[in-house]
Amino acid sequence: MTTQVVDGTAAGAPSRGRARRPRREGGAGRFLARHWYAWAMCAPVVIVTLVLIGYPLVRGLYLSLTDATEANMGRTIGMNVIPSTYEFVGLSNYADIVTSSEFLSRLGWTVTWTVVCVALHYGIGLGLALLLNRPMRLRSLYRMLLVLPWAVPAFVSAFIWRYLLNGEFGVVNAMLRAAGLAGVDWLDDPLWAKASVIAVNVWLGVPFMMLALLGGLQAIPRELYEAAEVDGATPWQRFRHITLPGLRPVSSTVVLLGTIWTFNQFPVIFLVTRGGPGGSSEILVTYAYRQAFEGIRNYSGSAAWGVLILVLLIVLAVVYRRALRRQGEAW
Amino acid sequence: MRRGISAAAAAAALALAVSACGGQDTPTPSAAPAKSADASAVSGEVTWWDTSDATNEGPVFQDLIKDFQAKYPKIKVNYVNVPFADAQNKFKTAAQSGSGAPDVLRAEVGWVAEFASLGYLAPLEGTPALDKPEDFLASPASSGKYNGKTYAVPQVTDTLGLLYNKELLKKAGHDAPPKTFQELKQVALDVKSKAGADGLALNVDAYFLLPFIYGEGGDLLDVASKKITVASPQSTAGVKIVEDLITSGAAAKPAIQDSYTNAETAFKEGKVAMIFNGPWSNTDNLGGKVFKDKPDNFGIAPVPSGSAKAGSPTGGHDYAVYAGSKNLDASYLFVQFMDSAESQAKVAGKLGLLPARQSAYAMPDAQANDMIAKWKEPMASAVERPWIPEGGQLFQPLLEGYQKIAAGQKGTDAALQDVAKAYQGILKGWSL
Repeated sequence: MTTQVVDGTAAGAPSRGRARRPRREGGAGRFLARHWYAWAMCAPVVIVTLVLIGYPLVRGLYLSLTDATEANMGRTIGMNVIPSTYEFVGLSNYADIVTSSEFLSRLGWTVTWTVVCVALHYGIGLGLALLLNRPMRLRSLYRMLLVLPWAVPAFVSAFIWRYLLNGEFGVVNAMLRAAGLAGVDWLDDPLWAKASVIAVNVWLGVPFMMLALLGGLQAIPRELYEAAEVDGATPWQRFRHITLPGLRPVSSTVVLLGTIWTFNQFPVIFLVTRGGPGGSSEILVTYAYRQAFEGIRNYSGSAAWGVLILVLLIVLAVVYRRALRRQGEAW
Repeated sequence: MRRGISAAAAAAALALAVSACGGQDTPTPSAAPAKSADASAVSGEVTWWDTSDATNEGPVFQDLIKDFQAKYPKIKVNYVNVPFADAQNKFKTAAQSGSGAPDVLRAEVGWVAEFASLGYLAPLEGTPALDKPEDFLASPASSGKYNGKTYAVPQVTDTLGLLYNKELLKKAGHDAPPKTFQELKQVALDVKSKAGADGLALNVDAYFLLPFIYGEGGDLLDVASKKITVASPQSTAGVKIVEDLITSGAAAKPAIQDSYTNAETAFKEGKVAMIFNGPWSNTDNLGGKVFKDKPDNFGIAPVPSGSAKAGSPTGGHDYAVYAGSKNLDASYLFVQFMDSAESQAKVAGKLGLLPARQSAYAMPDAQANDMIAKWKEPMASAVERPWIPEGGQLFQPLLEGYQKIAAGQKGTDAALQDVAKAYQGILKGWSL
């Protein structure tokens, strides 16, 4: 044990000495020599990230530049040998998508869906957080009940909503009819279907916003409100000039997160309306999924969709960060 | 079409002449003993993905497996029930990666050409799995062929028929089910005005649109001349009948989400007099409120005819063997056993599913179930579907078009033009 340690330093010392003498090895070598321990500690994370995220990403990028499908990728299955015949086609997949009539209409609806959902998430979440931030009886019970939608797996909620909103046999329409009103085509009319998926997603997403904002509210010092009250500020002024600025660090993060999640909110659309009726509620991710998994799988086309969605979100995140930084945000 | 009729006619003829069938097998016995001598030496494990209904149908297939194991004790069978809706994608993922794929799959007839074109299936010529192919009904058997080779053998066949509630039709003054689309509309309107129920429930699904398209002489594609015919005048005329049924009120306003379940529920509750559905729904329907105690109230008729003919799509399921299977010999034997006329007759007798072998119709096991005889007539109008690798992609665009028509967003002509355009994107090199 001890000899090993001695060996180690003995071996290490001359090499370090050599590096120091002629300045030939440059900055990189010295950097490595000095920080090897840190690098060794990071290595597992770096390697796992590269394997799980880096490789698929690079592979996806590459596939999106080819015409690969399930039919022309080489493979051998038992007695069947299929040669690889896919080719590099440059940006033609992207050109096809961007010039298709489908793309702009899908993008338009995806943006509408994201903006409306996040605005409602934030608005309702903030309202509930404010209500629950004041002392009242059974407060923890209310908080628990409001978090419930978040605790149920999204796909379970999506199925339940689908049954509730069924036009002929659904509970919602049964209640409307019992009240003497006509039933509504919740999922069968294009406009109502859009409203329904937004409602379901709002129901699912509000708890997260509420919890995050409740945490933010509790971090705002009470003295600020007391001082404002002494100065004669109205409740609206207190909300506008203390609560909102105090929440900003939390809000900016959760709004960005909410935007990305909603933009890619697959289960709600796919399970509640399946993109219907007539494709009217299909967002970009559900459309890309169908490209990939319907019939003979179109690897290149769906990879191009995936990369395009990624690029859209990166652009959004960068613009958003810039805007925040201009307002003096630190991150 | 003509092949479908002749096959069914042959089945009917065979049913009448059971005793004559014995002589037909003379060439096979000489081969069979040699095969079974080899067969008893085969050992291994066979994993079978069954896509049938796990509660109603699965147990019957599991009983067959018990018989198989008794006959071939050296072969172990792993029965896995995979929900039908997931099976296609699940199999493709597993087959392609080479791990986790089953040895034998129950594949829907429309999947086989796609799987075969992708190299996932083993050709069955010269193996025990392709046993007495001349006994298969022509239309279902054709679903297993791709590029001149056989990749799958038919397990059950089915088609759509017109299912009706006899009591409701009688109340409306009709003793017989409608035979043409005009009669369908009239009967439906009569039920609505006289029997206090809706006349017809439509299932907004591309597959259920086919009887109307076939009836007017249309089709989705003309495979022989590589033409997309979904927007042809004939096909358009067929879909316009559906549009008229909806706008005239003969059909209840169709649900678009969960369309199948809603139509079935309405039919079983007696809220609607007629629906289109296949033999797979027999058990479900007979358990419904209005049929449970009165099974005679449940009527089955061929789909009504249009100006050209009466036609409904050929459906059903096939047995296919995965090309990458480590136990090919055992898998072939398993398919041979499961797809024998005796096995098919057992399944038919217990579940009312229609055998894909002519000789099975004549067997007492199959004849014990009266559903088999009742579905014979609808089966006569079964039309062969285009068995091409892209077949699975044809339904989504048509479904979207149908949904738009049903919701009143688009007229038939415009909607079908969109479908044809989508087909051009899927089928490279096909003309309109």
